[in-house]
Amino acid sequence: MARIDLDNIAHSYDPNVADPVYALRKFSLTWDDGGRYAILGPSGCGKTTMLNIMSGIVTPSEGRIRFDGEDVTQSKTANRNIAQVFQFPVIYNTMSVGDNLSFPLVCRNVDSAVIKRKVQEVAETLSLEHLLDRPANSLTADQKQLISLGRGLVRDDVAAVLMDEPLTVIDPDLKFRLRRKLKEINELYKSTLIYVTHDQNEAMTFAHNIIVMDEGSLVQVGTPQELFERPQTTFVGYFIGAPAMNMYDGTISGKNEVSVDGHKFKTKTDLSKIKTDNVKLGIRAEFITLSAKKSTGAIEANVTRMEDFGNYRLVTAQVSSMVIKAKMKREATIPTDKVWLTFPAERCCVYADEVLV
Amino acid sequence: MDLVAENLTYKPQDEFHLDDVSFTMKRGQLYTILGRTLAGKTTLLKAIAGLLTVDGGSIKVGGQDFGNIPVWERNIAMVYQQFINYPHLTVFNNVAFPLRQRKLDEATISQRVMSSLQTVGLEGFEARKIQALSGGQQQRVALARSLAKEANILLLDEPLVNLDYKLREQLREEFRNIFSTRVSSDSILIYSSTDPVEAMQLGGEIILMDEGRILQQGPAKDVFENPANIRVAEIANDPAMNLLPGQISDGRIVVNKDISMPIPAHFKSLTAGDYTFGIRAADVSLASKGLPFLVELAEISGSETYLHVKNGDQTIVGLLDMVRDFTANEKVKLALDSSKMYAFGADGALVSSPFGKVK
Repeated sequence: MARIDLDNIAHSYDPNVADPVYALRKFSLTWDDGGRYAILGPSGCGKTTMLNIMSGIVTPSEGRIRFDGEDVTQSKTANRNIAQVFQFPVIYNTMSVGDNLSFPLVCRNVDSAVIKRKVQEVAETLSLEHLLDRPANSLTADQKQLISLGRGLVRDDVAAVLMDEPLTVIDPDLKFRLRRKLKEINELYKSTLIYVTHDQNEAMTFAHNIIVMDEGSLVQVGTPQELFERPQTTFVGYFIGAPAMNMYDGTISGKNEVSVDGHKFKTKTDLSKIKTDNVKLGIRAEFITLSAKKSTGAIEANVTRMEDFGNYRLVTAQVSSMVIKAKMKREATIPTDKVWLTFPAERCCVYADEVLV
Repeated sequence: MDLVAENLTYKPQDEFHLDDVSFTMKRGQLYTILGRTLAGKTTLLKAIAGLLTVDGGSIKVGGQDFGNIPVWERNIAMVYQQFINYPHLTVFNNVAFPLRQRKLDEATISQRVMSSLQTVGLEGFEARKIQALSGGQQQRVALARSLAKEANILLLDEPLVNLDYKLREQLREEFRNIFSTRVSSDSILIYSSTDPVEAMQLGGEIILMDEGRILQQGPAKDVFENPANIRVAEIANDPAMNLLPGQISDGRIVVNKDISMPIPAHFKSLTAGDYTFGIRAADVSLASKGLPFLVELAEISGSETYLHVKNGDQTIVGLLDMVRDFTANEKVKLALDSSKMYAFGADGALVSSPFGKVK
């Protein structure tokens, strides 16, 4: 396994025109050895381009890529020691499960005793050991996908395992098992796993660190918790979490204060250096507190809707043009008309030109 | 015009897809058929639509036997899981299609199409081709077409299942508004779903199905709060209700050597013996003085963390608010709120509920 540096990488599929369109805008990023990462974003955001640059299928129009310091920008895929798992299982149908797993080692003329030991070890980890002699095509989709993964794990020299939406074909019930397995494998083998998905929940469940992409740019790199609590852009605030972050157009009305429709909200952010008029205030529905009684700093709003989701209640309240969603425990007593809502200052995020201040 | 189904049975091969299904649906109401995959939901909708012929039983609408009425005369609209549209037609013509089949005049067609498109938020998209639309927009077109028919019975078969999570969240909210404005007091709306959150959010009545049978019917809140049996408790909750087989003895709930607690007030009337205890993931919380468990996996769903833990053979899911980080095999202590606990008897039927009602 290796540390992977992406250094000032940018890519355009048509770089020689006057004003090229960049599928990936310039960024630098380091994948630490043994890390568990997810690349998350809607379709068309540049996820696959990023993956293809790492595996060598695409040579970036700008920047360098290094594995443990060694420049591999021009290296072919075959020389990069990257294992890939695709959406659909790619296996050798005519071979047994065991032969599928040993194939990458046989190709590299690894000593047969080592092969045997390694295949056995990986098969045990993936709960495939009782299936080693079975023809691979007799297995279920999730077992086949484990073989694809296993082929990446038998090699000690793999720099990283890249997975492109690997759970697409897997039954919902089995997804849970596979997710758990992937985490275990990462902890056991200290292998660098890079997981591409458009599914927020999958990314947040799998990864230590998530790279959120939108329209060819890296918009945030952070832990699931950071993405949830401090979204770097208004897009991340919308994309992560359910419901999306409450977001309001506002103006700066003090050093730490944002005014929305005449309502003043204290924040913990120094706003004195903001030049733009495009200012937004964001707060998660989970962080708003709600009371039936008036209190200082709370704003008065009318409850317009109350939804019972079983596990919690979602209250929608309105004051002037502000529509506010607040999440409450199911058993909480919630007034049906007037409420006083508090936005805790430390939970208010201020965005200037859509970026967190 | 109530819809009355009696003893519907459908058994294409060896398995029952519908097994003696009976229910009454009242006009002006919304019904959610809730059940896991293969519970018989789609089969039931198809039987109502006339897309399959049942082996036994009857469906009557306003007293009239539906069995003798061909599909095209049933005044039913259906929206499917897959976004089914006419790919070569514009948005307008897709919505207008069934109205033209019925030879309505162009003025009426235009008025109905435009108002349906407005309802689903596709005003201004009339001239677009279907392929130029996203999945969410295509499903809106299908919904607009079904609304434009102004049918007496509107069937929606898991209409959101093929959409991504963010879009599902958005459309779910819109659906509720659409249904309340567009469904007249003469029509019946039937929505099938695997998702209990969706069923709760839509409100209305739940008809809970499993393996071709109806296990419970009632207002969404009632089914959620007082599940008739273990299977309903599992299906009507996401994550499924935690089930803990154990005993009541000496005034205590005993599951295993570590999991034990005094019985809550509402269990007082239960005699000592074997029960299966049920507790929702949302009623499990981290607590320094809680019961010991080992973390299996923390799954993130929206803004919540589903913490999967185990103690011996007993696995439990806790639903914690916010996004949180745990490592596998980490030791955690969890409190199980016994005041929210259910008890099910040996036959699986509910014997005690924190919400009081037990049949």
